Amino acid sequence: MNIPDELRYTKSHEWLKEEDGIYTVGLTDFAQHALGDIVFVNLPQEGDPLTAGEALGDVESVKAVSDVISPVSGVVKAVNEELLDNPALVNEDPYGAWLVQVEEVSDEEELLDAAAYEAHCAGEEG
Amino acid sequence: MKLIFERSRPGRGNDILPPLDVPAAPLPEEYRRKAPPRLPEIGESDLSRHYQALSRRAFGVCDGFYPLGSCTMKYNPKLGEEMASLPGFTGIHPLQPIQTILGCQKVITQAEYLLCEVTGMDAMTFQPAAGAHGEFTGLLLIKAYHHSRGDTGRTVILVPDSAHGTNPASAAMAGFTVKNIPSTPEGLVDLEALKAACGPDTAGLMLTNPNTVGLFERDILDITAIVHEAGGLVYYDGANLNAIMGVARPGDMGFDVCHLNLHKTFATPHGGGGPGSGPVGVKEFLIPFLPGSALGGYGGEQSIGQVRAFHANFLVVVRALAYLLRLGNAGIAEAAHTAVLNANYLKQKLEEAGYTAAFPGLCMHEFVLTLEGLKKETGVSALDAAKAMLDAGIHPPTMYFPLIVHEALMFEPTETETPDTLDEAAAVLAEILRRAKENPEALHAAPVTTVIGRPDETAAARRPVVRYAFPEG
Repeated sequence: MNIPDELRYTKSHEWLKEEDGIYTVGLTDFAQHALGDIVFVNLPQEGDPLTAGEALGDVESVKAVSDVISPVSGVVKAVNEELLDNPALVNEDPYGAWLVQVEEVSDEEELLDAAAYEAHCAGEEG
Repeated sequence: MKLIFERSRPGRGNDILPPLDVPAAPLPEEYRRKAPPRLPEIGESDLSRHYQALSRRAFGVCDGFYPLGSCTMKYNPKLGEEMASLPGFTGIHPLQPIQTILGCQKVITQAEYLLCEVTGMDAMTFQPAAGAHGEFTGLLLIKAYHHSRGDTGRTVILVPDSAHGTNPASAAMAGFTVKNIPSTPEGLVDLEALKAACGPDTAGLMLTNPNTVGLFERDILDITAIVHEAGGLVYYDGANLNAIMGVARPGDMGFDVCHLNLHKTFATPHGGGGPGSGPVGVKEFLIPFLPGSALGGYGGEQSIGQVRAFHANFLVVVRALAYLLRLGNAGIAEAAHTAVLNANYLKQKLEEAGYTAAFPGLCMHEFVLTLEGLKKETGVSALDAAKAMLDAGIHPPTMYFPLIVHEALMFEPTETETPDTLDEAAAVLAEILRRAKENPEALHAAPVTTVIGRPDETAAARRPVVRYAFPEG
């Protein structure tokens, strides 16, 4: 399983990357694998406020619909509109297929580094 | 197999539609279509063969065991069909004066009385067309109640994380915000989490009991008290009433509103898209908000208004009434007892065969297995096991639900199965487990006896084809 060192992670399997005050959010390799083939991605709109720990959108796979939990509080700067037409990108390249970029970030959920996230995934696999 | 459009030939037809016996009323020019609709043109013999061929490819409770968890696929007695085809019921017109259809009114009144007895509610509307529609109606009633008291800040509906997906969907449709309540490791509502989630914004809680993993919420009186204390109402999702009907009543547990799925619990056919019927029962204080209808009464100044045209899915109520009257008090309770007994019997047999239950101990009318261990050991998933059941002529159980259980298979055998059928199913599943360990590849390839093996679910979801492409465009 692919867990890049430079990212931070939530227990609900989102990854977070910070660059110059812009926070990029996506789903982890573990998440895309557990969900199976993703067939629909529902994203917020530019300018929408997000609250850390609450759903920012949802992804639908052939198994189920699952909420995507926002790792940060802030304002949506951009959404990856490519995913609306081609949700399979999340399966193919989970760390390239970001979901949203967030600015004006005021709060963060409890985040894990790569090692802690790897341990967390091992625990979930039982 | 050919589509009906591919069987169509210009000029062919049949006379199975009755002749027009009322004056033709032409549509105004602007509403008329410019070209005739491209309906299939087909003779009666070809038509019969077409549907006969389709029916051979379908699978229903008359074909074999159908333990689809959470769906209560019980056998539907033919008595119900006989009653629902009586001309006094089938020949009525939606606009017929009420004094000419008093028999139909009596059906609704009797069904209301009996189902209120079963649920412990004080009144019931038969308008909702199915379960989710019932949920939506019940939530509108809850909203109307709060608003009638000037209590407009109650915007949150609480839903356990094991709930049916329709619960949060209905709450969102009714304009509420949804808040999830986590389950305990035993699969029950976490009382502390519920207390923490309740507050002045709580409009209500939606719950099934037994819950979605087939367990009885033993703290139900505390649960309803906590929500009531916070000023919210409690909604009973009747999805799992089959486990307790005639034995325990939602009304006595503290529920204020409930819907029933007549098409599940009360033995009316379903699974092919309906029609269903999702009547909503309420306690007395909510009666002023009920929708009104010609057959069912109610309505008035505070009513939420009609939620369905005319008499809704009336013939489904006829079937349910026939079922209730045929079984009687003792029979209804016996059905529930047997549903619970059958589920526990099958669960025990499968555990003896080497399967793992997601939650230990006795279940109610359904139970959940987790195949997570098997998948790790052999690579055989819940999907593979379900597909292999098809080859044995068994409809698979519900898969990958509830979401809180990994590699879930959810079985609901219902009360209408004999011990022989349950023994056979257990033997089939024991064999699948043996093959999973010896030859997992064979299970990845199952089913091998069905017309369609493994449809490409991803392509079906990503690029659905829902319209026939006529060759001429």
